[in-house]
Amino acid sequence: MSGQTALAGASHGSVKSYIIGFILCVVLTLIPFCIVMFGEFSPLIKILTIVAAAIIQVYVQLYFFLHLDTSSEQRWNLVAFLFSLVVIIVVVGGSIWIMRALDYFMM
Amino acid sequence: MQSDTLIQPADLNTMGHDAIAHDDDHGHHDINEMKVFGFWIYLMTDCILFASLFATFAVLVGNTAGGPTGKELFGLGFVLTETFLLLLSSITYGFVILAMNKLNMTQVMFWLFITALFGIGFVAMELWEFNHLIHQGYGPEHSGFLSAFFGLVGTHGLHVSFGLVWIFVMLIHLAKTGLTETNQMRLMCLSLFWHFLDVVWICVFSVVYLFGAAI
Repeated sequence: MSGQTALAGASHGSVKSYIIGFILCVVLTLIPFCIVMFGEFSPLIKILTIVAAAIIQVYVQLYFFLHLDTSSEQRWNLVAFLFSLVVIIVVVGGSIWIMRALDYFMM
Repeated sequence: MQSDTLIQPADLNTMGHDAIAHDDDHGHHDINEMKVFGFWIYLMTDCILFASLFATFAVLVGNTAGGPTGKELFGLGFVLTETFLLLLSSITYGFVILAMNKLNMTQVMFWLFITALFGIGFVAMELWEFNHLIHQGYGPEHSGFLSAFFGLVGTHGLHVSFGLVWIFVMLIHLAKTGLTETNQMRLMCLSLFWHFLDVVWICVFSVVYLFGAAI
């Protein structure tokens, strides 16, 4: 075996999967951009579109570019990711909740 | 250092040697996979760093001290161009990994260089935007909103800048030692880092710029 063999975990992905990921990202960037720039919608609809497009795009990038999936060799990467997702939700959600409540009760 | 040594197939004629070398090689694979996993753990802690900056931004976004809001300050077309530069650099880095899997050194270096160019374009646009804001008198000291904005977007920009330094260090590594397993492991870690920065930018683009313009 030559020292120049590819790493076992490195063989994911093909030109096709990267191109698909790229096109999906372009579409998912342009949809909220056009809605915000040119759309005549209520702020609520705009915000929901932005949030939905962002969540889908983060998933697309994790799947197509970072190759994070539920396969067994990715299991611990996924566990670490899900754990940090919980921490992120607690930190961001908790901060906004506490500070809004503070604002409300200080009025 | 050991993993940098190239084992030529010609050296492995006898079965016994082959088996030993194979075990050894497998050990390097395991170690390198552990290193990539370790780097992933670092990225997850970086996620939490960014999460706290996003939380700060979300709390302070309304505190404009009578100054301009995001809607009045940011040009969405400009930021969309930045987004596309980073997205393009993401896919060119994908081509780096594909070329690495084919062990094509020239292509790896070519696509790394293209990735660096897009990255430099992104950082240059961001620095121009910062400079523009500060010259208008809207630096980070102007309001809580702008402090949080510069803190969040600046931290991301700093990460991209370090990524650029890493790309050039990587080019030197490749020129000196070629596509060894160690360098492949480094390219994998850099790949995770670079794509991760694009994921964070999607959140910045949505939360800072699009939300700012939508509300």
